[in-house]
Amino acid sequence: MAIKSLDDLRKIKEQAKSTTSARHESGTQVIVGMGTCGIAAGARTVMTAILDEIAKRGLQNVSVMQTGCIGMCQKEPLVDIVRPGEARVTYGNVRPEDVPSIISEHLVNGRIVNDLVVAKL
Amino acid sequence: MGDKLAEKDFARLDEVLADLGSSKGTLIPVLQKAQDIFGYLPRDVLVHISRKTGVPLSQVFGVVTFYAQFHLEPRGRNIIRSCQGTACHVRGAKGILQEIASCLGLEGDAVTTPDLRFTLETVACIGCCGLAPVLMVNDETHGRLVPDKIKGILDQYK
Amino acid sequence: MEKLARAHVLVCGGTGCSSSGSKLIIPALKEKLEARSMGSEVKVVETGCHGLCEMGPLVIVYPEGVFYVRVKPEDVDEIVENHLVKGRVVERLLYKEPATLDTVPSYDEISFYRKQKRYALANCGHINPESLEEYIGADGYEGLGKALSMKPEEVVEEIKASGLRGRGGGGFPTGLKWQFTRSAVNDKKYVICNADEGDPGAFMDRSVLEGDPHRVLEGMAICGYAVGSDEGYIYCRAEYPLAIKRLRNAIAQAEETGLLGRDILGSGFNFTIHIKEGAGAFVCGEETALMASIEGRRGMPRPRPPFPANSGLWGKPTNINNVETFANVPSIMRDGASYFASQGTETSKGTKVFALTGKINNTGLAEVPMGITMREIIYDIGGGIPDGKKFKAVQIGGPSGGCLPEQLLDLSIDYESLIKAGAMMGSGGLVVMDETTCMVDVARYFLNFTQDESCGKCTPCREGTKRMLEILNRICEGKGTEEDIPLLESLAKSIKAGSLCALGQTAPNPVLSTLNFFRDEYEAHIKEHRCPAGACTALVGYVITEACRGCGLCKKVCPVDAISGEVKSVHAIDQETCIKCGACQAKCPFKAINKG
Repeated sequence: MAIKSLDDLRKIKEQAKSTTSARHESGTQVIVGMGTCGIAAGARTVMTAILDEIAKRGLQNVSVMQTGCIGMCQKEPLVDIVRPGEARVTYGNVRPEDVPSIISEHLVNGRIVNDLVVAKL
Repeated sequence: MGDKLAEKDFARLDEVLADLGSSKGTLIPVLQKAQDIFGYLPRDVLVHISRKTGVPLSQVFGVVTFYAQFHLEPRGRNIIRSCQGTACHVRGAKGILQEIASCLGLEGDAVTTPDLRFTLETVACIGCCGLAPVLMVNDETHGRLVPDKIKGILDQYK
Repeated sequence: MEKLARAHVLVCGGTGCSSSGSKLIIPALKEKLEARSMGSEVKVVETGCHGLCEMGPLVIVYPEGVFYVRVKPEDVDEIVENHLVKGRVVERLLYKEPATLDTVPSYDEISFYRKQKRYALANCGHINPESLEEYIGADGYEGLGKALSMKPEEVVEEIKASGLRGRGGGGFPTGLKWQFTRSAVNDKKYVICNADEGDPGAFMDRSVLEGDPHRVLEGMAICGYAVGSDEGYIYCRAEYPLAIKRLRNAIAQAEETGLLGRDILGSGFNFTIHIKEGAGAFVCGEETALMASIEGRRGMPRPRPPFPANSGLWGKPTNINNVETFANVPSIMRDGASYFASQGTETSKGTKVFALTGKINNTGLAEVPMGITMREIIYDIGGGIPDGKKFKAVQIGGPSGGCLPEQLLDLSIDYESLIKAGAMMGSGGLVVMDETTCMVDVARYFLNFTQDESCGKCTPCREGTKRMLEILNRICEGKGTEEDIPLLESLAKSIKAGSLCALGQTAPNPVLSTLNFFRDEYEAHIKEHRCPAGACTALVGYVITEACRGCGLCKKVCPVDAISGEVKSVHAIDQETCIKCGACQAKCPFKAINKG
């Protein structure tokens, strides 16, 4: 790697910013239920799919967190999307193949994927 | 010191001199490297450095005796640096130093154990005040000391 | 492309936390994460110091920003299983506020950090100090880029406008210093970074060097451009092996990418940096002594003028600043002088890093705006005095500084107010003392230090500090006379006036300031042969009280067999034999042994 100009520097900065984005206050949160029930229902593969999708789209300012069981075990895996200033939306029975539409529709464009929603807070 | 200084160590010293000798202000780095090689700075080494660099022996000796880091006597295999910084001082560094000396059986001005296992030194501050009182053995720092912990720490070093 | 990590686990690898065992945590974490096949989705990063060394090893889990303290390798399983897999915070490892014992889950809510403004320390603990990419990601080298697009004179003006003053002790305006070196006419000039942090009780420079080495390199390069120099030296204490390692690594990365070397960022500006390891002499923190040491000579100061700006290293114009000063430069260039100048007081701009140590709950590093009060630092950030003891004084400025008593706790801290109070900013070491600290002993401690470190070149410092130390030793042993106090004061005056460099000129300060605020303690030692704090061993005796149950433990531990008594009856100490080591008091399970 050689940095020959300010433009080179800025390019590296953009890349570096996205790899460390987990350490900054982020706008949008994706929260995956990872209690024993969630994991048993396949939350880990959903989580991995979410990470891949975010990386693929080069999304910035998104943090992926996990949480414990919220008591709605029959709907696991549960995924919550929280966009700044908007209601928290919970999706249930999420499969890895649902992830791209949740990310592109809701996370990016703000359109809730109604078929999968179980609750709005 | 009855031990003969090894030929091969002088060969290593000559490499250092060849490497650093050409640029200015290298006396201190040369002495630091020489001490790494021999463990201390015996007279013959100082004479050798003086001859090779052309810096008068008096000047070499002057620099060696000015800095706390340089030693004219052989030293132990493990160097204990007991911190006497302000924070350590107010949190009981004196008692720690006494405990180390008594564990090692050092009396009076002696700083090195006869078996050359340990040399005990004090240091003004090693910048680890958050864990005061602290000591360093070689490059490892041990903190939040109480006298009872000393023996166990020293036992780790052979 | 690199897989996106959903969580980052930051493990503090500063010297404080490493010596509390953080080195073992990283491999344990990685192994556990691999076993859970989460190696690629959770990133483990070794960072520099977070400043809260007392609570180390520190582990911070992002994105939540959960702050775990005193983490042991055994705790790693629980952190991975509960927090990283299931999202459950491990309550028992959270930080507890010393005042209320409330647990605090996240970084930003801890009172130690809340009042801080981390500017020079912004990256410390938040980036991997061995990664150039992470530094660039945190806006690194942006300031250098901006400087190179300006004229050197404009860079000097920007630093002048910021109001930045030397953070190493003197407080000289940095911009003005740069201007002097800039105006000196010579084909060769040098930039030196003074990293010979020698004040006992100060470790902010070490933290910056270990936690954010590129920031110092960037500051030096900006300075080089501004003053017209193409070569820099970092003079670093050999006692800081980790700092030296990280600096070497950073220099290699910067050279490899072209951020140091020839034609930096296509501007035509060249700059290289070398490291010189100090060899253990406190006086080398003085700039002329430091340069003598780089030149390979005995590190002794010389009279000024000529100032280094005109005749410094090898007789060439040289600009010397300390680590923390350089660490402030990149963000001043990047954000402009006005942001920096908006912090602090009229004469002291920006923030200052203080090292909190001694009898205080949260030992560590705190960066605060100038003008904050000592009370805020000690109580709000430092969490007050441990074990319910009473605050007595805070020593500021190391061996050149002074003690501030309780009545000055509300003093707003800046360069001028401290001088007026008989102390000085120094490098910013704050050592807190409680009622069990003897102020005469503290003065003696510092005199012992300066006397030992005096280079011996000038007589007032070499002989004067020795005589003062003898008097203080006498007082601490209960052999002082009434003439000793005026004698100390007159010696102090001569040493201050007659010494060649700042080491001697400031050496009497700890004595003068304790005499000023704690004269009664000196008088108690001299007139009553009594140490009010019970710290001077010659003046205390140990007595066994009625609380003694006759268990015999003290008798066993006494190294000189000074204790006698029958089992189950109150024991007694023979004061003639007793060497006042205090071992009996430490051992007694019934707290039946008192100092008297």
